Amino acid sequence: MAVKSKALPIIYKIFQYIVCIFLALMCLMPFVIMVVNATRSSSQIESHAVSFIPSHYLMNNLEVLNDKAFNALTGFFNSLIISVGVTFCTIYFSTMTAFALVAYDWKLRKPFFTLIMCILMIPATVTSIGFYKFMYSIGMTNNFLSLILPAIAAPSTVFFMRQYMMSSLPMEILQSARIDGAGEFRIFNQIALPMMKPAMATQAIFAFVSSWNNLFLPMILLTDKEKYTMPMMVAQLNGDIYKTEYGAVYLGLLLTVLPLFVIYFLLSKYIIAGVALGGVKE
Amino acid sequence: MNKSKYIKGISNAKYGYFFSLPFIIAFLIFSLYPTFYTAFIGFTDCQGAGNTDWHILDEPLANFKSVLSNGTFLESIKTTVIIWVMNFIPQICLAMLLTAWFTARRIAVKGQGLFKVIFYMPNIITAATIALLFHALFSYPIGPVNDLLVSFGLRDTAYNFFVQKWGSKIIVAFIQFWTWYGYTMIILISGVLGISPDIYEAADIDGANGVQTFFRITLPNIKTILLYTLVTSLIGGLNMFDIPYLYLNGGPDKATNTTNVFIYKQAFTGKNFYNRAACASMVMFVIICVCSAFVFYIMRDKDAEELKKIKKQEKKAAKRLGARQWQ
Repeated sequence: MAVKSKALPIIYKIFQYIVCIFLALMCLMPFVIMVVNATRSSSQIESHAVSFIPSHYLMNNLEVLNDKAFNALTGFFNSLIISVGVTFCTIYFSTMTAFALVAYDWKLRKPFFTLIMCILMIPATVTSIGFYKFMYSIGMTNNFLSLILPAIAAPSTVFFMRQYMMSSLPMEILQSARIDGAGEFRIFNQIALPMMKPAMATQAIFAFVSSWNNLFLPMILLTDKEKYTMPMMVAQLNGDIYKTEYGAVYLGLLLTVLPLFVIYFLLSKYIIAGVALGGVKE
Repeated sequence: MNKSKYIKGISNAKYGYFFSLPFIIAFLIFSLYPTFYTAFIGFTDCQGAGNTDWHILDEPLANFKSVLSNGTFLESIKTTVIIWVMNFIPQICLAMLLTAWFTARRIAVKGQGLFKVIFYMPNIITAATIALLFHALFSYPIGPVNDLLVSFGLRDTAYNFFVQKWGSKIIVAFIQFWTWYGYTMIILISGVLGISPDIYEAADIDGANGVQTFFRITLPNIKTILLYTLVTSLIGGLNMFDIPYLYLNGGPDKATNTTNVFIYKQAFTGKNFYNRAACASMVMFVIICVCSAFVFYIMRDKDAEELKKIKKQEKKAAKRLGARQWQ
C-alpha cells in the first residue's frame, strides 16, 4: 500500500488474514454447533449449549424425532421429486426457448426476448394469491405438478442459456445436419442439447438448490402432511412439541441440510464459477 | 447470428414459434393469468379458497384504500425496508473490502479459493433451516449464544433476545447479511476480474497506490455491477419471507413483520382475507416492477443504444441541414 516501511505491510497482511479467518469461523460456527449438538442429549445442552465434543445421543435424538412423526425420509423424497422435476423442466425447456431465440429468425423474436427481460425479476410470491386460488379451483393443490410445471417458464435461465448459446453454438453444424436431412426437433435434441452441457450443468445446480430451498409456494400449495417438503418439515421444528427437545431440533435441522452439504462440497468449484458467471451478465 | 440468417432463409421461422411455445404456454397459465387474477381478486370481496360466491365490490377501490391506510401493512413496508438497509449496507461494504483484498495485484490474500467456498456456503443452505438454526442459537434461557455470554462473564444471567424489538430486527438483518455477503463478494470479484488489465498497468506506471487504484479505477469500472447488485438485492429484500417468518413469526410485536409475512398471514393463517392480501401483493408487485424496470434500463443493450443515438444524431443533422437549405 502507500506505506513505505516494511513492517506495516506485514501487519496489514496479518490483519487481512485475521478478518478472513474470523469471517470463516462466523460462517462455519453455526453449522459446527448444529452438528455437534445433534449428537448431544437435551440435558447436556441445557448445562452447556456450546461444545465441540460430540456425544453419543444421536440415536436417541433420532428416536425422539420419529416419535413426533418427523418423517425426514418422506420430506426428502418429496423434495427430491419436486426438485428433480423442476430442474428437468427448467433446463430442458429453457434451452429449447433459448434455441428458438438464437437459431431461428422469426418476426416476434425481439419482442419475445424483451418480454423475457421484463419478467426476469418478477418473483412468484407476489402473484401467489391468484396462483393459489387458480390451483385450488382446478384441484391442483397437494399436487407436485403445480410446483413443477411453472418451471417450464424460467426467464432467468433462458437469459443465461441464450447468452451461452450465442457464443458456443455454431450455426454451420445445424445447417449441415439439416442438409443431412435431420428434422429441427432432432437437431435440437441431438446436436444443440449436448453442446450446451456445461451451461446446463451450472444452471441445473442452481435450479435444483433453489427449488429444494423453496418454502413459500410449497407451504401454501401443499397441506397434506404426506406431501410436505424438506423446508416445510423444518418449519415444523418450530412447534411447541419440540420446546425442550434441544438435541432433536438440531438433528432435524442437520437432516434437512445434509443433502445440500454433500452437493456443495462435491460441486463447490462449479457452483462458485456459476455464481461468478451470473454476475457478468453484460 | 447474422451469418445464419443468410444461410437459412425464412423457411424455418415457424420453428422459432414452435420451440418457444412451451415457455409461452407455461408463462400464460402459471404466471400471467395468476397475476391478473390476483389483481382482480383485489377488487372483490373474495375470502377463502373454497368460496365461490364473491363479487366485485360496489366501490372497487375499497380494498386498496383500506390496505393503503392499514397501519400494519404500512409498518410492514417500513420494517422490510429497514431490515433490508441494515443488511445491505454492511453487506456491500464487507463485500467490497474483501473484493479489494482478493483482487489486489500486489499482495493478494492466499487461500482465497477456500475462503470463497466458506463465505458462499450459507447462501446455498435452506433459508428455513438457517432461520430455525439462529432461533436455536439465540434461544432463551438455554442457547449457545447465551451460554457463551455467561461463560465469558459478559453477562450474569441469560439474555432474552426474543422480546427485543430492535434486537430482533438486527438479528434478522444479520442473518440476511450472513447469507448474502459471500454471494455479493463473488459477483463483485467477477466484475473486477473483467476489467482490462491494461488500465491497471497504466495506473501502475503513473505511480498510483493500492487505495487510489481501488477508488479511481476499480470502483468506477464496476459501477454497473454494483447497481445491479443493489437492485436485485432490493427486490430480493422486498420478498423476504422465510427468515422473518420462521425466526420469530414476524414478532415480537410485529417488529420483523415483513410485507410477505403480512400477506401470508392475511390470506393463509385462518383469516382468509384473500382480497386484502391480493391488494397488498399488487402494491408490492408495482414496487418490484418499478425496481426491475430500473434493472432493465441499466442492463439494456448498450451497443444498440449507441447505434440508436448515432442514428438520431444523423437524423438531427440531416434535419438541420434540411432546415438550413429551406432557409
